[in-house]
Amino acid sequence: MMYTAPVTVDEACQLLASNSAAKVFAGATDLLPQAQAGRRLEDVLVDLKRIPRLMNLEVDDQGWTIGAAASAARLAEHSQLRSEYPGLVEAVALIGSDQIQNRASLGGNLCNASPAADSGPSMVVNEARAVIVSTAGFRTIPIADLVRGPGETSLEPGEFVAEFQLDRPAARRADAYLRFTPRTEMDIAVVGAAARVAVDDAGRCTDAAVVLGAVAPTTVRVGGIAEELVGSTFDEEALARCAALSSEACRPIDDKRGTKEFRRHIAGVLTTRVLRLAAERASEQR
Amino acid sequence: MRSHVTCTINGDEVEFLVDDRQTLLDALRDELQLTGTKEGCATGDCGACSVLIDGRLNCSCLVFAREVEGADVLTVEGLADADHLHPIQHAFLEGAALQCGICTPGLLVAAKALLDRNLKPTEEEVRYAIAGNLCRCTGYDKVVRSILDAAAEMRDSAVVS
Repeated sequence: MMYTAPVTVDEACQLLASNSAAKVFAGATDLLPQAQAGRRLEDVLVDLKRIPRLMNLEVDDQGWTIGAAASAARLAEHSQLRSEYPGLVEAVALIGSDQIQNRASLGGNLCNASPAADSGPSMVVNEARAVIVSTAGFRTIPIADLVRGPGETSLEPGEFVAEFQLDRPAARRADAYLRFTPRTEMDIAVVGAAARVAVDDAGRCTDAAVVLGAVAPTTVRVGGIAEELVGSTFDEEALARCAALSSEACRPIDDKRGTKEFRRHIAGVLTTRVLRLAAERASEQR
Repeated sequence: MRSHVTCTINGDEVEFLVDDRQTLLDALRDELQLTGTKEGCATGDCGACSVLIDGRLNCSCLVFAREVEGADVLTVEGLADADHLHPIQHAFLEGAALQCGICTPGLLVAAKALLDRNLKPTEEEVRYAIAGNLCRCTGYDKVVRSILDAAAEMRDSAVVS
């Protein structure tokens, strides 16, 4: 195995183009445990953390740009990101201990393509985009098109994610993320639920969406949430109908962390709670 | 493939030779004989191998040695000032915050990472700060109390000096 640390995007693209057995990494928090478990490391590993663009975290009038290799800790420490995307930041901040937070990246969390990845539902519900690069140039895709299934992305050979983009949120719009884990911390989601809600001056819903994680091979955008909620004040009946939609939308598996029935039930419970939390946050915004 | 790495460890500039696949943990223990850093799980779960890299807490088992080129690394050996224990080490001794001791170097380094940025942590903040460090002997109460004691001691000496 050869370790490489390019300092430009071009150099990284060239390394990938000239070595079919090359793989990019950022925090190595998945890569090294997999190697420890016996998986053979690729012939060439490309460390992306010396490339300034991959470590970038900035905002302007157009929106947010988050380098794919920037650590979770840096995202969590960014007070403006926390106030504009509280749900995304709470999802990212749930990934592991301080030791892991200082290494793990958004790019790695998404491209490792675990169905239980905490950042997935929040990124999808906020309609983030992934900027993908290779020697052929850049292309931008909706984040929902990045992950195809467990361990599988839509990246072609020679491609990697350079950065993520998010629009600036409109006024009185907010997101939230909740998950269920058997332990309170340092655990993997049995169900994750992200919500995005917009309200008017009177606190009535003008838009809403829910995306679930860990209940299907990829994140699941729950259909019909906006139709149930727009015009409502998030009353019990409307939220109960949303919960039922979420339970219905799951395609869960049975495993040691939870049964199908349990996951369906929890998806509904979390949907109610996460919509209420996002609605409270949206109403507090001016 | 073997390569040279130059970095600062515990204040000293060092140069060493590593295999590209070697982790920082293995390089510290096997190439540099800095065996204070322990190997527990080697998968980033237990925190026994915690070190600071450019002031940030990391599991050295999750870092390739090549990655610390040019970086500033602090291991448990760098905590004490010659013969004087660091206040965190002193508090662990006074508070009997250890039993078998394997997790202790990692806990000391994690505690330093916390107190470097927050000299007045709440108990909850202490518990979050060491959530990535597993101890299977003592339970965590004595560790938490010792870190709070160290923080108080360090606040007092900051006022004096």
